Amino acid sequence: MSLVLVLPIIIPMLSGVLTLLAFRSRIAQRAVSMAGSVALALAAVLLLAEVAEAGIRVDRIGNWPAPYGITLVADLFSAVMIVLTALIGAAVAFYSLVSIDQRRETFGYHPLFQFLIMGVCGAFLTGDLFNLYVWFEVMLMSSFVLMALGAERRQMEGAIKYVTLNLLSSALFLAALGLLYGTAGTLNMADLARKFATLTTPESQGLVTTLGMLFLVAFGIKAGLFPMFFWLPASYHTPPAAVSAVFSGLLTKVGVYALIRVFTLIFIHDAALVQTVLLVIAGLTMVTGVLGAVAQYDFRRLLSFHIVSQIGYALMGLGIGSALALGGAVYFIFHVSVSKAALFLVSGLTQRLHGTYDLKQLGGLYRSQPVLALLFLVPALSLAGLPPLSGFFAKLSLVRAGLEAGQYLSVAVALGVSLLTLFSMIKIWVEAFWKPLPETGVTVAVPIREWLPPLVLLAAVAIGLGLGAGPAFALASRAGAQLLDPAAYIAAVLPEVR
Amino acid sequence: MEIILAFVIGGLYAAAVYMLLRRSLVKILIGLALLSHAANLLIFTVGRLTRGRPPIISPGAEDLAVPYADPLPQALILTSIVISFGVMAFALALAYRTYRTTQTDDLDAMRGSDSQA
Repeated sequence: MSLVLVLPIIIPMLSGVLTLLAFRSRIAQRAVSMAGSVALALAAVLLLAEVAEAGIRVDRIGNWPAPYGITLVADLFSAVMIVLTALIGAAVAFYSLVSIDQRRETFGYHPLFQFLIMGVCGAFLTGDLFNLYVWFEVMLMSSFVLMALGAERRQMEGAIKYVTLNLLSSALFLAALGLLYGTAGTLNMADLARKFATLTTPESQGLVTTLGMLFLVAFGIKAGLFPMFFWLPASYHTPPAAVSAVFSGLLTKVGVYALIRVFTLIFIHDAALVQTVLLVIAGLTMVTGVLGAVAQYDFRRLLSFHIVSQIGYALMGLGIGSALALGGAVYFIFHVSVSKAALFLVSGLTQRLHGTYDLKQLGGLYRSQPVLALLFLVPALSLAGLPPLSGFFAKLSLVRAGLEAGQYLSVAVALGVSLLTLFSMIKIWVEAFWKPLPETGVTVAVPIREWLPPLVLLAAVAIGLGLGAGPAFALASRAGAQLLDPAAYIAAVLPEVR
Repeated sequence: MEIILAFVIGGLYAAAVYMLLRRSLVKILIGLALLSHAANLLIFTVGRLTRGRPPIISPGAEDLAVPYADPLPQALILTSIVISFGVMAFALALAYRTYRTTQTDDLDAMRGSDSQA
């Protein structure tokens, strides 16, 4: 048993339980939530340091040997995603202290938030597909309640769509799991990879590819891929900004993580077909997402469509499938989660200041809130991919990998979408910050000083990832190379088989 | 037995999809419930059906006598039944609250979150 692998699950669980025990006291809940977030951040960094030094770490829960018991596995990709979860969790937890209203807090906002983080961490760490399904459900259940908490009309309507389509995807995932078990007789990821490596007949190959496509649909709904993303822009803009931020930063990324995991470890034998399908979906996802975004005038709806568009880039990395592309995808996921969460937090602040998310009713923020304007510009330009911010290097590596692999169409789409991303960010800038406040606009005079630290943290990460692109990208490349080497993963999980 | 179950599962999936395509919220929830039943039965069937051969080592023997019923699909189904029970309870509560808030159970009338603010 190595504690470092279990801590990212145990810490949010303990925080969640303690906040539940302190249900009557908001102050105690806040204190536990803060302490838990900080502790999780420390544990995540510890895990990343250990995995970066010692390679893939495996932990057998209850000491059951690997294909039979549940294993937790942390390779570099998992560890990086855990650090991302802890970072966004901490930023949003601190933001929630000032932004979440008292009613939501008394009805269990903090415990739900902690259990959500627990579910996300569990999904990133598990080495068993059925266990992944369970973590998905833990995460979804918390997110359902967070989505609906407050029971405003728009929220309820958004929650219905969110809940139905996510349950549909879970049912598909479950069916795929059943068929996979019937085919392979195991659900341990490493064991599956080992068994599928020896498939020779084209018939069994076809069955495995079909199963892979079933997983693509199930995870694709959760990740928000074209044409299955419609629940996302219909619901992500309805809950409070802090909830939108954590959803946008983490939930779709769990779907992308699962896709990358199964398509680099288990379903790798029909690469030509799978990669073509992934690249086509990636291109369509990028284009439809950004076109949806360009047409929006609601701050958060615009950002929601952007989530979809950015998922396309991460998928493009998986579709190209070289070490550089996968490294780029890892780096990109980290970058985009940070930037997107920061932008959602900014949108929450503009709502606080002017009482609306409608860009037409906003204005003059550059003059009245120069610091906020700066904190918007950093993630916005980073998302559009301007150097020296993180987005530039993320897109650079993906484009380079695409050129090396000869996927010129995908590269052209990625670059064109990048331009439209810049355009829609400029649209927010012009509408909310640059133009004078329209006469119908309302201004609420509130101090915003204590709202800013989480934004500063996320903006600093966006800048730091860009300025420190060398070491950061070296780590992402190592994660990418590790993803391309399933044998090492199998050997780490099932040492006695070899 | 597999043939019969295959038809039952197919029928459940068809009914679930039909219900999911309706506009009424309650029917959609029934569709989701059917969908999870179908998935559970699917796991049960593809995990091989073996009658009267419990996976228990008989007294005096060293190993399980082949063929024996695989206990794992049943454990998976049990887990997923518990999960879908919890999720369904939440979904019903959510549907009720949505009905109270919006005064309708017609999904076509729930466009508040799709239109521009």
